Amino acid sequence: MSAPSTERTEAQSVASDAVLTALAVGSRPEAPGGWSASLTFWWRAMLKIKHVPEQLFDVTMFPIMFLLMFTYLFGGALAGSTSAYLQQVLPGILVMTVAMITMYTGLTLNRDIQKGVHDRFRSLPIWRPSTLVGPLLADGVRYTLASTVILVLGLVLGFRPDAGVGGVAAGVGLLLVFCFSLSWIWTTLGIVMRSEEALMGLSMMVLFPLTFVSNVFVPPETLPNWLEAFVTVNPITLLVTAMRGLMHGHAVGGEIAIVLMISAALVAVFGPLTMLVYRRAA
Amino acid sequence: MNGSAHPAVYVDGLVKHFGSTRAVDGLQIEVAPGALYGVLGPNGAGKTTALRMLATLLRPDAGTARVLGHDVVTEPKLIRRRVSMTGQFASVDEDLSGRENLVLLGRLWGHRWRDAATRADGLLEAFGLTDAAGRQVKTYSGGMRRRIDIAASILVTPDLIFLDEPTTGLDPRSRNQVWEIVRALVSGGTTVLLTTQYLDEADQLADRIAVIDHGRVIAEGSSSQLKASVGVGVLHVRLHDPEQRLRAEELLARTLDASIQVDGDPAALSARVTDTARVAYALSELTDAGVEVANFSLGQPSLDEVFLTLTGRPAADQRAEDGDGLDPSGATSQEVTA
Repeated sequence: MSAPSTERTEAQSVASDAVLTALAVGSRPEAPGGWSASLTFWWRAMLKIKHVPEQLFDVTMFPIMFLLMFTYLFGGALAGSTSAYLQQVLPGILVMTVAMITMYTGLTLNRDIQKGVHDRFRSLPIWRPSTLVGPLLADGVRYTLASTVILVLGLVLGFRPDAGVGGVAAGVGLLLVFCFSLSWIWTTLGIVMRSEEALMGLSMMVLFPLTFVSNVFVPPETLPNWLEAFVTVNPITLLVTAMRGLMHGHAVGGEIAIVLMISAALVAVFGPLTMLVYRRAA
Repeated sequence: MNGSAHPAVYVDGLVKHFGSTRAVDGLQIEVAPGALYGVLGPNGAGKTTALRMLATLLRPDAGTARVLGHDVVTEPKLIRRRVSMTGQFASVDEDLSGRENLVLLGRLWGHRWRDAATRADGLLEAFGLTDAAGRQVKTYSGGMRRRIDIAASILVTPDLIFLDEPTTGLDPRSRNQVWEIVRALVSGGTTVLLTTQYLDEADQLADRIAVIDHGRVIAEGSSSQLKASVGVGVLHVRLHDPEQRLRAEELLARTLDASIQVDGDPAALSARVTDTARVAYALSELTDAGVEVANFSLGQPSLDEVFLTLTGRPAADQRAEDGDGLDPSGATSQEVTA
């Protein structure tokens, strides 16, 4: 009978008084704005990278692998020399790699929700989309990192953008806008899909054809008519054309406008859809 | 804390189904401001679903639920500003350190970075987690996990806090610490609604208890009212000689004026006790009659026994862990070997 009573005093020293004091000083600040809350969630994603740096593997190794593989595999056959091919293929591989990486947005969210911490977030008095906007902004950091890896390696291999730093920056900027918008598809699916494997499978089924059946590797004119028709309207093709134009300094205003419109449409459709399924997620 | 006339929680005819299962089925609860209210029930009774609806995480299918006077469906934002929920599972980010979690939530409550950090350090200190502040939460023990969970819920002092099974799976010492924290919350003026599978816990902490089963309240009242209906405890007796069980059964039935249960163990008997004073008398009667008692214990009725009394059948969906020795009723039973 003596054991419980000693336990109790010990516990008390840990808790009661200190907890009471802590409760008493708990002031009630104004609820944060949407942007501030989003930045806080961005910070959370950055902390997760700090604690689990392995998750950057895909944004560093994928780009290196893709660029080396495709440049040396196709360069000689398709453009006569690897350095000539690189000028055309690098913007394409940039788009392909970063578009592929967007799929991790959905996977991360899916895992995050399954762990249960979103219950806490959803019970807070904050602008609800900030829970998802924050991670998407953090993905922007990952996309930028992947782009940097490709560009640096590209420069080493002989990529020479005619439009200089400004053109490259504009191209990467456009890519980030498009990928941020594309990611909303994966947030919707990340919430709806029950298992990570199913989500991964579905993402692959969308992304592989979308990125390969485009003008990334070959000029569309060489394709059979029906395939050429798809390639021409593929948003990835438009984005690649716009990026090549921006980086090498030819006019691509039309393509840029269409890419921005597609991006806006993606957010307009999948943003609210994501929030709808997020609210209903049990 | 809130001097208003309305109850902290008012639930009437609340219903939620998942497919064809009615997880919550006409629930009715009323919690007074400042009270410590316990919802007692086995797994699958609908406790968590009910709490999630009250915390505005889940939309009810039917019925009324008002929290601090606000409707959960039409005014969720007003509720979220004044209520905290500590879920049964991860309610903090396991990949982040304890301190990072608290700073993160402090920011989300609207604190500046500096204030959020100060608040985090204060809470870590109060909950005895300063040493573990920089470690990832996934490395914490069960008791530390619970403490950081609760600390995360009181970054901004809530008027009402929901605790979903705050001590399930904890060792007795950690459980006592959580109990102390819960008592401190109530004495600080916060209304607490907690769910539990342990009658002992509800009895130790709660002013009022609702026993729920299949999403419905099957008994409600103060701890003493509840115990009056199920008995103060259960006497378990084990004899040296199984041959004497029949004789012991007669004697106990007479002296305790209760029906005696015999189970698989041929030397064991148990009886629900309404008056502890009679236990000593009954035991001495056994000795006088030459029935040798190997050991006996007087324990509080388990959830199973409460259910048996209230519903006439054992609690449904009991998980295996209920019998793995963590049941706090074991800690309060006095076991004596004769």
